[in-house]
Amino acid sequence: MVEGGVLLEAEGVSKFFGGIRALDRARLSVRRGEIHAVTGENGAGKSTLMRIIAGLEQADSGEVRFAGRGIAMIHQELMIFPDLSVAENICMGQEPVGWFPGWLDRGTMRREASELLARLGVAVDPASSMRDLSFAEQQSVEIARALARHADLIVMDEPTSSLSARESELLFALILDLKQRGVATVYVSHRMPEIFRLADTITVMRDGCHIATRPAAGLDEDRLVAMMVGRPLEKSAPVRDRAPGDVLLEVRGLTTPGRFENISFTVRRGEILGFAGLIGAGRSDVAAAIFGLVPAVHGEILVEGRPVRIESPDDAFSLGIAMVTEDRKKYGFIPQMTVRENLTLSSLRNTTLVRRAREEGIADEQMRRFAVRAAGREQPLRNLSGGNQQKVVLARVLLADPEILILDEPTRGIDVAAKAEIYDLIRELACSGKAILLVSSEMNEILALSDRILIMREGRAAGEVRPRESSPEEILRRAMPN
Amino acid sequence: MKETKKPWPAQFGLAIALVVLMAALSIARPNFLTVGNLVNVLRQISINGILAVGGTYVILTGGVDLSPGSLVALTGVVAALFAHPGEFAVFVPVCLGILAGALCGALNGWIVTRGRVAPFIVTLGMMTSARGLALLASGGRPVSNLSAAFTGIGGGDLAAVPIPILIFFAVALLSHLFLRNMRAGRHLYAVGGNENAARASGVKVGRVKLMAYTLSGALAGLGGVVLAARITTGQPNAGIGYELDAIAAVVIGGTSLNGGIGGVSGTVLGALLIGVLNNGLDLLNVSSYYQQVIKGVIIVGAVWLDRSHHRDQ
Repeated sequence: MVEGGVLLEAEGVSKFFGGIRALDRARLSVRRGEIHAVTGENGAGKSTLMRIIAGLEQADSGEVRFAGRGIAMIHQELMIFPDLSVAENICMGQEPVGWFPGWLDRGTMRREASELLARLGVAVDPASSMRDLSFAEQQSVEIARALARHADLIVMDEPTSSLSARESELLFALILDLKQRGVATVYVSHRMPEIFRLADTITVMRDGCHIATRPAAGLDEDRLVAMMVGRPLEKSAPVRDRAPGDVLLEVRGLTTPGRFENISFTVRRGEILGFAGLIGAGRSDVAAAIFGLVPAVHGEILVEGRPVRIESPDDAFSLGIAMVTEDRKKYGFIPQMTVRENLTLSSLRNTTLVRRAREEGIADEQMRRFAVRAAGREQPLRNLSGGNQQKVVLARVLLADPEILILDEPTRGIDVAAKAEIYDLIRELACSGKAILLVSSEMNEILALSDRILIMREGRAAGEVRPRESSPEEILRRAMPN
Repeated sequence: MKETKKPWPAQFGLAIALVVLMAALSIARPNFLTVGNLVNVLRQISINGILAVGGTYVILTGGVDLSPGSLVALTGVVAALFAHPGEFAVFVPVCLGILAGALCGALNGWIVTRGRVAPFIVTLGMMTSARGLALLASGGRPVSNLSAAFTGIGGGDLAAVPIPILIFFAVALLSHLFLRNMRAGRHLYAVGGNENAARASGVKVGRVKLMAYTLSGALAGLGGVVLAARITTGQPNAGIGYELDAIAAVVIGGTSLNGGIGGVSGTVLGALLIGVLNNGLDLLNVSSYYQQVIKGVIIVGAVWLDRSHHRDQ
């Protein structure tokens, strides 16, 4: 039985993965029409709890009561059918059927879809192919699909992690609009400004346990972070002045038609070059081109003044270039392989024989260094939480001991405490003479870390600024399409 | 660091099934558990086992190889053509057979990686063409009159153990060590687990796949040589359906057809299970028609059990 006003009540939910306890008697109570933020460090069990609530996973014990009509979940990685149309995506699973049994009524389908999209204020043609939409548009279509199923609770797991600032604004407006219509949202996020902007209620989780549920009005950022971490957060090391050395990486006129045009820059030893811009401005494409993941069509890359050909990541590693890619699931790790095997994958380059004892030692050392939370080094990496996977990816790349390091959204999905550690690490690497290329959509991150910032707009360079002489507003202004 | 509880090896269930089956058979038929019969079982599975180890390489990368059956015929004929008495030393036909298999396998791998054609299609084509080549090379007739040194590979013993069994064990052991302890072996798992991530981690994906198909072809060549030696002829019609038996052994052994999971120890157990089953059903006088039905059920059942076991984790 659910009391009046309470839409969802989860109690005493526990869940084990292999030997690890992901959830320990967790609970969550969501009222009708509220925006309920769930926050906590990586591996706190947020995603697992959400998956259990949405019925995608079975709890080992505990109870979930739901008094609404439907629950929909919007994942970090969207669950879409890229080759079907927007209308087909929205109606998936409950397609209107025409006069002949089993035949689709495409007219009704399109009409229903466009009504829903219009209600949400999303300007997308229902007939267009899902593949041709931007990530943000695809996400809106997923939300429309949730409404088509009459969901009155939508669970969103880090929904802004792939959105630009402007797209995020549109999403916030949409979530607030859903609230007006009585649809409740459970909003899983690490991002403080978003949480305080949207949430009515905030639940904090730590180590699979419920820590607190409070009205958002009675909390501030510091207290929330303290609850998440369980201790006051140490401030990260003050910015030390670095004296950049020789030019290590130079790029001249790098071009891939339709992606990016005539990109030129240099990075020196001990320097961090930031790449700012909106999603889709071509920053990741440039990074992928330098790393050889998708080589550029024209242009020159010079390492220590020598022109080089980089046609595959293997070439890049041989030249001392390594990259942490943005798409962790696709390029970051081998899910079935153990933590140990993933860690050493890029640093096995100069060996023919894998020495097991040595490999185990390295794995333990790296897991300690990065505070990787796992039941052990023999755990398959897919069993770890997103943030812990990211730490393993970062460790793998650093074990290859690169001179030039490309970091594309290195702290995506990583919690506050781990983020500060990674910032310190990036600075430390720069101090030790590495050249670092940092692509990030988080303005604070890029301003705090970079020595120089290259701004990209629609595939072209739109100027270079120094963080101390610039502001988020200026960068954003230059990054916006005219 | 917390000490990890060692998980049960994936092949544990399979090993238990094998032991149970053998126990049941030895109760039902006292002549099952005799040295003579067990050696017989091993000799019968040795060629399938050699092919299955080769297939394991390919399946670990997420591919599949349908050509080994035809390659057994082609390489057997090639070897036999050079194995007439008094012509060449015995290593010549042996090496040529293996080389022919390796070349065909390399061609498979090259088309899969360079042409980006699905492995199923490429190796289906090779299966058809290699059979044709075997018929062409032999003129459609068995190649007989082989030297005693050559046929000894199939029929001879070494320290009372039939040579095909020794070859199978050597192949399995070396492959096991290769997959576990060599970088190239690790890379094979990486490519099968997530090809994109493997590439982004600096793995030469094309080279790894080429290696897998080449090894599969070479082992098919070795299987072809052993078979020709054992039946003392190069048979252009030999090996029909062998590729499917090999794949069956691999998947019963717990190697995932999606790649990235599995290994040679499972494949050996899988081949043993099939061999013991065939032998047992023969001893029990079960008709060969029923045998086929039972074998099919075992293949699906084993993988089904394996899947539900993985889901529990």
